[in-house]
Amino acid sequence: MQWETVIGLEIHVQLATKTKIFSGASTAFGATPNTQACAVDLGLPGILPVVNEEAINMAIKFGLGIDAEINKVNVFERKNYFYPDLPKGYQTTQLEKPIVGAGHVDITLADGSTKSIRIHHAHLEEDAGKSLHEDFHGMSGIDLNRAGTPLIEIVTEPDIRNAEEAVAFAKKLHSIVTTLGICDGDMSQGSMRFDVNVSVRPKGQKEFGTRTETKNLNSFKFMEAAILKEVERQIDLIEDGGTVIQETRLYNGDTGEARSMRSKEEANDYRYFPCPDLLPVIIDDSCLEKLQAEMPEMPDAKKARFIADFGLSDYDAEILSADQATANYFEAATRASDDAKLSANWIMGELSKSLNQNSISITESPVTADMLGGLIKRIKDNTISGKIAKEVFEVLWQGECSTADEVIEKKGLKQVTDTGAIEAMIDEVLASNAQQVENYRAAPDDKRGKMIGFFVGQCMKASKGKANPGMVNQILKQKLDG
Amino acid sequence: MYDKTIAEQSRALANGEISSVELTQTYLDRIKQFDGDINSFITVTESLALKQAEAADKRRTAGNASAMTGIPVAHKDLFCTEGVKTSCGSKMLDNFVAPYESTVTGKFKDAGAVMLGKTNMDEFAMGSSNENSHYGPVKNPWDKSAIPGGSSGGSAAAVAALLAAGATGTDTGGSIRQPASHCGITGLKPTYGRVSRWGMVAYASSLDQAGPMTRSAEDAAIMLNTMAGFDNRDSTCLDREVPDYTATLNDSLEGLTIGLPKEYFTAGLDSEVEQQIQNAITEYEKLGAKVKEVSLPNAELCIPAYYVIAPAEASSNLSRFDGVRFGYRCEAPKDLMDLYIRSRSEGFGEEVKRRIIVGTYALSAGYYDAYYRKAQQIRRLIRDDFLNAFKECDVIMGPNAPTPAFDLGSMSNDPVAMYLSDIYTLSVNLAGLPGLSVPAGMANNRPVGLQVIGQHFDEARLLNIGHRFQQATDWHQKSPALV
Repeated sequence: MQWETVIGLEIHVQLATKTKIFSGASTAFGATPNTQACAVDLGLPGILPVVNEEAINMAIKFGLGIDAEINKVNVFERKNYFYPDLPKGYQTTQLEKPIVGAGHVDITLADGSTKSIRIHHAHLEEDAGKSLHEDFHGMSGIDLNRAGTPLIEIVTEPDIRNAEEAVAFAKKLHSIVTTLGICDGDMSQGSMRFDVNVSVRPKGQKEFGTRTETKNLNSFKFMEAAILKEVERQIDLIEDGGTVIQETRLYNGDTGEARSMRSKEEANDYRYFPCPDLLPVIIDDSCLEKLQAEMPEMPDAKKARFIADFGLSDYDAEILSADQATANYFEAATRASDDAKLSANWIMGELSKSLNQNSISITESPVTADMLGGLIKRIKDNTISGKIAKEVFEVLWQGECSTADEVIEKKGLKQVTDTGAIEAMIDEVLASNAQQVENYRAAPDDKRGKMIGFFVGQCMKASKGKANPGMVNQILKQKLDG
Repeated sequence: MYDKTIAEQSRALANGEISSVELTQTYLDRIKQFDGDINSFITVTESLALKQAEAADKRRTAGNASAMTGIPVAHKDLFCTEGVKTSCGSKMLDNFVAPYESTVTGKFKDAGAVMLGKTNMDEFAMGSSNENSHYGPVKNPWDKSAIPGGSSGGSAAAVAALLAAGATGTDTGGSIRQPASHCGITGLKPTYGRVSRWGMVAYASSLDQAGPMTRSAEDAAIMLNTMAGFDNRDSTCLDREVPDYTATLNDSLEGLTIGLPKEYFTAGLDSEVEQQIQNAITEYEKLGAKVKEVSLPNAELCIPAYYVIAPAEASSNLSRFDGVRFGYRCEAPKDLMDLYIRSRSEGFGEEVKRRIIVGTYALSAGYYDAYYRKAQQIRRLIRDDFLNAFKECDVIMGPNAPTPAFDLGSMSNDPVAMYLSDIYTLSVNLAGLPGLSVPAGMANNRPVGLQVIGQHFDEARLLNIGHRFQQATDWHQKSPALV
C-alpha cells in the first residue's frame, strides 16, 4: 500500500524580551538556578501579573511577518494543571482569542517550487520552569529562572507532507523570527522547540489517520529523525494489523529512541478560563501602524530583491536571504567587492565551510564581510588567482593579517602578469617536456584541449601558482599550435 | 482615648494630648485583656507596633505627619506583611512569613500608621461567620454566643471591641459589609479597581476588593484616603484620580434620591431588621432625601452566579498551595502525587475544599458553558439591573443581611443556608459597585447595619451619606460592654 504522511507542527518560540512576560525579572539564559525568579515568578500568595508590552509588540510583529490577521482584542486564559515547575498551578496562555490569527509561511521545495503552509494561529504564553532530576539524591530540584519567559506558540494547519517539508518549514520560521529580531534563534538553549503531530493514511484517502504528538524537539536534525522514525513506526504498526493510538510521545535525540509519554485517556482537563487578573489586550490602529513601520525586510522580499538587484540564482538567493546575519554579511561583502556573484560563491563556499568546521556563526567569523570583499576585489583585478585567494583567505581566517592586501604583500603572492616573464617560463617548460610537445602536436584537434592541461599545470607549478592562469593558457596555445 | 475615633485620635496626637506610644500601648493592653475570649487577632505584633509608634511620634515632632500617623490599626491576615506571618486563617499558611509587603499595608506603613497585628478571618476569606478559621472562631463582642460575620470577622470584632482604632478588611461577596453590620461598625467596600490587590492573597480575583472597617464614616474616609489609588502592579486597578474623601462628608443630602429595591424587602427579611432599615430611611427623609421604589429583577440570581464564579476563580487561585515551595507540606510524601494530595487535604479546611471542588467542577470540560459561562452572563444582567436602577435614583439602600448575627454553630452544618444569607451583598461585588454598611439600630440585642450601594467610583458620596446619618444618630457611637 502507498502511504501518505500528514504533519502539523506546534512551535514554541522564546521571545527576546529583556524581562519576563508578567514580571520584571531578567530572561537571560544560564544564570544560577532561581536567581532570576522574583515573587511573581515564584507564584507567591498575593502576587499579580502585569503584561510586558514588548512581548505583545513582538507577537504582533510575528503576525505582520506572516501576513496574519492580528486580533485587536485578545485574551489571556489560565490553563490549570499541577506540576512542580509550574509555580502557580496554572499557565497563563491564550486559547479562544489568541493575538495572531490565520496566516501563512511559504517554503521552497527541493524541486524549486513553492508551497504555502497555513498557520492556524499563534498565541502568547508564559514558559514553565525546569525540573532537575540529577544531583538531588532521589529528589528533584526546581529551577524557576525560565518560569515566565515569554513564548509565542505557533500552530500550523496539517499541511506538511514529509520530514523534508517539515525541516524546510522550521528553517523558514527560524529565518522569519530572527529577521524580525523577536527571537535569538539559539536552538541549543531551547529558544525554538518543536512539537510534531504525525499521522499516516493510505494515499488518496481523505480522512486523517490517528495522530501522535512528539514533544519538545530542539533541533532540525532531531525533528527530521523523530518524524522519519514515527512515520515508519505507524506504517509498520498498521501493516502488521495494529492501530495507532492517540498519544503524546518523547524522542531522545541522543539515543534516537522514542517512547510513549501518555495516552489521550490520561490527558488533563485543563479547565481553561479567562485570567481574572489580566484585562483583555486591546490593540489600536496607531500601535499597528507604528509596528508596521518598524518591520524589517522579510526573507521572501529579500530573496526577490537579491534576484532582481544582484542577478543571483533562485538557489543562491534563498540561502543568502534565509537569515538576517548571512544576508547582512552578503550585502556588506558585495558593497566592498562590487561583485555579488563572487561574494555569493565565497560565502556559500569557503566561508561557510570554515564556519561549519569551527562550529561558529557568521557573526563570529574572523573574516569580516569587508575583509572578504577586499579579497574578492583582488581576484577581480587579477592581482591574485582564485587558487591563491584561498590561501589568502586561510591566512585571514587565522588572524595573521587584517586585509587581503596585507597578506598578498607580506607573502609575495602577487600574480605574475608580465608577458615576457610568462613566455620565458613557458619556453622552459616546453623545452624540458619535448616528448609531450611532440605528442600534442601529433594529436587531432579534439584531443588537444585535454592535453594542454598538462602544460598549464606544469607552468603553474613552476610559478608557485602566481602566474595568471588565463595568460598562461593563451600563450601556451599560441606556442604549441604555432 | 481608645474609645475615640481615628479623627479624634489624630487631633489628640497633633495637639500632643497623647503620644502614639501611649495610644498603642493602651490597645495592646486591651488586646491582652479581652482578645483571649473574642479571638479577633491571629498575630499581635507588639514590639513592631511599639517601634512603629515611636517612629510615628518622631515624625509628628518633625512636622510631616499624615492623618494616619501614629494611629494603631489592624490588618486582615490575608494582606502580605513583610517579615510577619500571613496565614489567611489557614493551616496551609500557618508557617508562611510573607517576604514582601502588600500595597495596602505598605501605604499604611508609609503614612506612619501603627500595625497592632493581623486579624482572624474565615480561611482564605471563604465564609460568612468566621467559623472557618484554623485559629478558631471569632466571637461577636456584642454577644459572645453570636458570630461576628465573615470573612473579615476578626477586623470587625477588633474594631467593635475597641481593640484597634480601625482595621482593613476585604470583601469578595460581603466580607466587609456583613461583619461590619453584625458588629455595629462602619465598613466600606470600594469600587472594584479603586484599591490595589497587590499582596492581597486572592480568593476570587474579579470580585476581591479591600476596604476600611472603622467606627465612623469619617474614619472610613480617612483610611480610604490612604488606601485608594492606582498601582501599576495590579492590572485591574484603575488609573483614576483619588479625591479627598473627607472633603465632602458634610455635603447636604437635600434632593438625594434613594432607591429601595422591592426585591430586597420580601418574606426572607427578618421583621426586626426591616424595621431598623425603615427607621434609617425615615431619618434620611428628614435629612432631605426622597425615596423611590426600584427593581433589580435578577437579584436572587446573584447567589448561584456568585457561587459558580467565586469558587471557579478560587479553584485556580489556590492551586499554588501545593506543598512544593511554601506553606504546609505533609509528612514523608511517598511521591509527587502523594505530596499534592495529602498536603492539600491536610492543609485546607472543609469550606475551602468544598469551594475548590465546586469551582473545579464548574470549569470542567463539558460543564464550562452550563456553569461558568452562564454565570458570567448572569453577572452582566445583574450589573445592567443596577445601571438601570441608577437611572432613577442616586443610591440604593437596603439591609446587609436578612437577619442579625446568628448563633455560633447554628449554621455550620448547612453551607447552603449560609450561602443564602449573602443575598444582599453578593450582587454588589458581581457588579463591581461600592457598598457601605453603617450601624442603624439593634435587633434582638444584636447590631443591624444599613447598606448603601453607590454607582461606580461614588465612594465620596457614600461616605457623605454615611457621615450625615451619623451626625443625626448615635448608633455608631455605641460599644459593647466587655467583661
